[in-house]
Amino acid sequence: MAALGPLSRITRLGCNFCRNHRLMFNRNSQKRGIASCIDPSYGLTDEQKEFQKVAFDFAANEMAPHMAEWDQKEVFPVETMRKAAQLGFGGIYTRPEVGGSGLSRLDTSIIFEALSTGCVSTTAYISIHNMCAWMIDTFGNDEQRESFCPDLCSMEKFASYCLTEPGSGSDAASLLTSAQRKGDHYVLNGSKAFISGGGDTDVYVVMCRTGGKGAKGISCLVVEKGTPGLSFGKKEKKVGWNSQPTRAVIFEDCAVPATNRLGEEGQGFNIAMKGLNGGRINIASCSLGAAHASVLLAKDHLLVRKQFGETLANSQFLQFKLAEMATKLVASRLLVREAATALQENRADAVPLCSMAKLFVTDECFNVCNQALQMHGGYGYLKDYAVQQFVRDIRVHQILEGTNEVMRMIISRNLLTES
Amino acid sequence: MSGRVLVGVKRVIDYAVKIRVKADNTGVVTDGVKHSMNPFCEIAVEEAVKLKEKKLVKEVVAVSCGPQQSQETIRTALAMGADRGIHVEVSGKDYETLGPLQVSKIMAALAKKEDAQLIILGKQAIDDDCNQTGQMTAALLDWPQGTFASEVTLDGDKIKVVREIDGGLETIKINTPAVLTADLRLNTPRYATLPNIMKAKKKKIANVKPADLGVNLTSRLEVLKVEDPPQRQAGMKVETVEDLVGKLKEAGKV
Repeated sequence: MAALGPLSRITRLGCNFCRNHRLMFNRNSQKRGIASCIDPSYGLTDEQKEFQKVAFDFAANEMAPHMAEWDQKEVFPVETMRKAAQLGFGGIYTRPEVGGSGLSRLDTSIIFEALSTGCVSTTAYISIHNMCAWMIDTFGNDEQRESFCPDLCSMEKFASYCLTEPGSGSDAASLLTSAQRKGDHYVLNGSKAFISGGGDTDVYVVMCRTGGKGAKGISCLVVEKGTPGLSFGKKEKKVGWNSQPTRAVIFEDCAVPATNRLGEEGQGFNIAMKGLNGGRINIASCSLGAAHASVLLAKDHLLVRKQFGETLANSQFLQFKLAEMATKLVASRLLVREAATALQENRADAVPLCSMAKLFVTDECFNVCNQALQMHGGYGYLKDYAVQQFVRDIRVHQILEGTNEVMRMIISRNLLTES
Repeated sequence: MSGRVLVGVKRVIDYAVKIRVKADNTGVVTDGVKHSMNPFCEIAVEEAVKLKEKKLVKEVVAVSCGPQQSQETIRTALAMGADRGIHVEVSGKDYETLGPLQVSKIMAALAKKEDAQLIILGKQAIDDDCNQTGQMTAALLDWPQGTFASEVTLDGDKIKVVREIDGGLETIKINTPAVLTADLRLNTPRYATLPNIMKAKKKKIANVKPADLGVNLTSRLEVLKVEDPPQRQAGMKVETVEDLVGKLKEAGKV
């Protein structure tokens, strides 16, 4: 229990860490108390603070010490994720009857934000897994829910979300993977690209074409690993997100029982988009965690590193830069939490707000992490220091689950379409 | 036999926080500083919950003495598996002077009131490092004590305790009712699970005042000054052993 989670990350900085330093720039803050303006527990209920505490503790003890190793060795940390699932993190907003925790979108955001401080890549995968479990729980019939959800919530089995194809990314509705009805099966042909977890996961939620062109012709099928005709491409070599494998998922006359179809034929695109609304909040939350961790790392570095006879924290430029980073972090956090609340309440502005949150937060938090790296100087570029991994890991958040350009499409459509 | 265990949990400044001394040297800064359950108290709660899971005890009651915020600490114990909580309200000046003597009087009174079989405490708190409350509580109740426990085995109406002492490990057998204090290697506290945190919301925390228990909180101690430890001084290098002995003699060390 004497685990030194947060301290181990600080000692990895390799700097002399004097525990006896005094506040550098504002003596008055000693009298006012030293509450940090970026504390993520402000405004939360007692219960949410408990959820957050468990997630922070788990991140500090079980994830942060391995974050670098998982990245460098490209380890998919199955045992750690199963431990997380035992705490209820496998199906956070999936219903309890099928093994989920039944929490709200806001609770979920808080949890992923905290877990992300331990390892962005692993937390992001856990969020994708959660999204799939939710989709089956929400749109599946009782047999499907009972058949798939309990194993997903316990992470006995892992899930992947399959929408993107080599020929259709942003233009998702133009996907080509076909699913032809043959008796009591659908026969799938086609391939999916950039699938997180692909090849190592057990349950694939696949959007495929059962009807005509466009969104209305798309259905959602659950395909299990081991189904004949299901194969995988090579493991992609990525800049970040290395604790989850990414592969193409290939269907060659792959026969899937029709009972594995979620919802009706033609409902698939709708299911995919509804899943992504929550997914966007989750990914934004992961960016928040990385930015929070990076601001703390930058702050510690400024208080320790000396140049020109004084610590970097005495430089007004760096003080102001840190203040801007903190402001953007808190603004991002508020936007994500508001979007989570809107989605939970099914508000009219939920969809564009989720897009706004994803757009703003992934961009701003990437800048925050990037600036934190800059503040570290040359050390920031070394893999011995965690800040570079936060930068590399969250860079892709501006691209997946709908590029930030697609987010602008959604928002402008909301503004310019006459209702 | 009620099969009831009382576990004391203390709200302390989180172990990872950098402690700062107040400008007036009367204490350390606690306003706005992150607090959490004393790590040794977490180990105590874990041991109590384990005993309940093995069906060796029937009920685990978490107790904390302090201001309103102590309820958060009790909630954490409930989320780990304690059945109910007792919050002994102590605030203001009383809380600033609250020490092992007062807390042990409270624990002893509660043990009688709740008909407890076992009291498990952390061996010490990480803020004052007193390592006294368990021992004082046992003395007030005239119960046997198994302190610095690294292994606890219930055996009928006796308890076998393996204690970590300076010379190694000491095994003792004591009668119940008894007081145990948890040392680091007794167990590894579990994470609260999300479902348990939600269940904890429904568990009851009773509010009690020290006066209701007949406890006088007056302290026999007065804190005169709190200050930072001295800054680490630079060392110096010497050429020979003779120089070293000379310097040590100068400094009055030999």
